[in-house]
Amino acid sequence: MRSYDKYFRENRLPHMWCPGCGNGIVMKAIVQAIEAKNLDQDKTVIVSGIGCSSRASGYMNFDTLHTAHGRAIPFATGIKLANPELNVIVITGDGDCTAIGGNHFIHGARRNVDLTVILFNNNIYGMTGGQASPLTPLGKKATTAPYGSVDRPFDPCHLAEAAGATYVARSTAYHVKHLSDMIFQGMGNKGFSFIEAITQCPIAYGRKNKLGDAPEMLKWMSETAVMKAAYDKLPEEKREGKFPIGVFYNSEFTEYTTAYQKVIDLAGGAR
Amino acid sequence: MKAEILIKQERCKGCNICVSFCPKKVLKLDTLGKVQVIDGEACIACGQCELRCPDYAIYVDKKVNA
Repeated sequence: MRSYDKYFRENRLPHMWCPGCGNGIVMKAIVQAIEAKNLDQDKTVIVSGIGCSSRASGYMNFDTLHTAHGRAIPFATGIKLANPELNVIVITGDGDCTAIGGNHFIHGARRNVDLTVILFNNNIYGMTGGQASPLTPLGKKATTAPYGSVDRPFDPCHLAEAAGATYVARSTAYHVKHLSDMIFQGMGNKGFSFIEAITQCPIAYGRKNKLGDAPEMLKWMSETAVMKAAYDKLPEEKREGKFPIGVFYNSEFTEYTTAYQKVIDLAGGAR
Repeated sequence: MKAEILIKQERCKGCNICVSFCPKKVLKLDTLGKVQVIDGEACIACGQCELRCPDYAIYVDKKVNA
């Protein structure tokens, strides 16, 4: 039906995500970016961890790897080092990336390995029953925070930038084309690219916090997300309750496989 | 009808996203919670439903020689 359908394992569809879950929208944005980038299907590897988001690798028609919880970035680093020709895309969730795999995340960014990491941020551990994750906003309810979360959430974009990522961006499931464009640009960056995709979880997160159904949550994104250029011009009092989307940071630094090749050459070459 | 709407019923989970974002009220959920076309003539082929369908259950194409 559509030219990007070949990037899906269509015999696996419909996927197992809940009705209204935004992960399907983000997965489509990823394959559209891959198509726009014209990546070779046989030279692209999708690596994912554990969680709702990470089930995406099972529906994508590439070489895929569904790894241990939080460990998608280390596996991906291994793949990239073993064969630097491959395009390695990491799909991870908010719990997988910032809690269980928090250390791997910052060290992947520190090394500046040429990966494209897409974080599906649904603010909750959906699959295991709605526990609070490190990205659950302050005061929002979860099954492990029935009176509202008292733990301050991370800003994963700030975290990635501070840790050394060379491309950092954010978008939402509402802004599908913008999201796809952010991922497209991330794939073009030679180094650690991090894209946070805000997505809705109407079942475990939305219901608990009375945020309405899936369309309501998407409308919330359209109302509260502001393009970075416009957000920067907003006075402090008008920023309340809003968040910026767009490219936050882009710089250049030696890519890890390039640096490692120098070590191999110095040591006499790989035999 | 300006547009051709294809619905893959077996993929639809009835999340209501397409129905809510349709500016012309073309779509509705049926009694089984699957999406159906109730006013195909009104469709302007804007593609909002297809853009945000998380289940890839609806496709809209502009009719060329309508």
